[in-house]
Amino acid sequence: MRALVVDDSAVIRTVLTRILTNLGFEVIQASHGKDALDKLKGVPLPDIALVDWNMPEMNGYEFIRSVRESAEYRDMPLMMVTTETEMEQVVKALAAGANEYLMKPFTPEMVQEKLQILGISGS
Amino acid sequence: MAIASDDFRFIAELIREQAAIVIEPGKEYLVETRLGPVAVTAGLVNVAGVVRELRAKRAGPLLQRVVDAMTTNETSFFRDLQPFEHLKERVIPDLLERRKAERSLSIWCAASSCGQEPYSMLMMMRESFPQLQQWRVQFLATDISQQMLAKAREGSYTQLEVNRGLPAPLLVKYFHKKGIEWQIDDSLRRAIDWREFNLSARTWPGMGPFDIVMLRNVMIYFDLATKRQILANMRKVLRPDGFLFLGTAETTINVDDSYASDVLHTACYRPKAA
Ligand SMILES: C[S@@+](CC[C@H](N)C(=O)[O-])C[C@H]1O[C@@H](n2cnc3c(N)ncnc32)[C@H](O)[C@@H]1O
Repeated sequence: MRALVVDDSAVIRTVLTRILTNLGFEVIQASHGKDALDKLKGVPLPDIALVDWNMPEMNGYEFIRSVRESAEYRDMPLMMVTTETEMEQVVKALAAGANEYLMKPFTPEMVQEKLQILGISGS
Repeated sequence: MAIASDDFRFIAELIREQAAIVIEPGKEYLVETRLGPVAVTAGLVNVAGVVRELRAKRAGPLLQRVVDAMTTNETSFFRDLQPFEHLKERVIPDLLERRKAERSLSIWCAASSCGQEPYSMLMMMRESFPQLQQWRVQFLATDISQQMLAKAREGSYTQLEVNRGLPAPLLVKYFHKKGIEWQIDDSLRRAIDWREFNLSARTWPGMGPFDIVMLRNVMIYFDLATKRQILANMRKVLRPDGFLFLGTAETTINVDDSYASDVLHTACYRPKAA
């Protein structure tokens, strides 16, 4: 199983990578939406992408929209992982095509439970 | 400050007598950390003070607060997920067929803590079985802890609580934000009958009959004799073709062999034919 982690914070990328690696995922990291689109080129489609909202260059919301509009990546499951915690934002992210929404701060169990909801398990 | 061994024994016996919960020696720290805050709110200096009060009077709000504090209330939405999938894929479709003449269903969450388990079931039922809106569905949720029942009835959850196990589409559909808390809709709160109930009561007058009972992650705290008594009482209130769900670490095996575990989901039990 492969996961894509998109977050401009190196700390969060490291934390998520550790959690996902422990669950048996191989992890690709990207620091913003554009970077993520670059890193997706020429590699097999990840089984899940965990995406921050507020990032430079291309934010998570824009990234989700462009993934859903692209021919190659549109089927990739997407989970927003963000400090945005208002109902409007959850609604907006789901409407744009996010499959799940996790609010920061999170624990490893929360990540695992959300993946379970999506029917995705590591290894 | 460490708790005196005499005081520890007193609390352990008291909790066993009140809630059937077994607190093993070695759990002094647990009593200390859980009762410390109770002492403060009661205006008592420390846990020793709480024990002194209870030795003098084994009743009243202080007793209730001590029992509340000593119960473990850990829970989450759709905890373990599979039991809810089994309910959706097998149990409810089966009951929809069996009960189609009377069009009624009776459900009991027997240790509902702060409500995530009954609310998860109810959301799943609304999503997957809208036809049940035309049925008479009785949904009872009970717990020994008044504090937990009050929270469950209120249906207000923190961000950390809704972050655990709750699918985002259900958050959007059944909750609204109230300040920093997430409030579940009134229509779900009202669909559940919340009541105080002690599972270690010798007899269960007025209970049942039930089609589905959730008895999850509570029997682990009881001794064998209490588990037997509860499962025997359960036989009397569970319909012969009903379903009993236990927690993943719990079983009827070697406790009460009048139940058989479902081959498709081992945490789901059925009464064996008499
Ligand atoms: C760990 S929670 C389980 C909640 C939920 N069933 C779940 O599986 O997530 C255990 C609950 O059992 C309740 N409890 C403990 N002793 C009890 C008793 N004797 N009768 C009824 N409820 C009891 C506690 O108050 C607590 O809310």
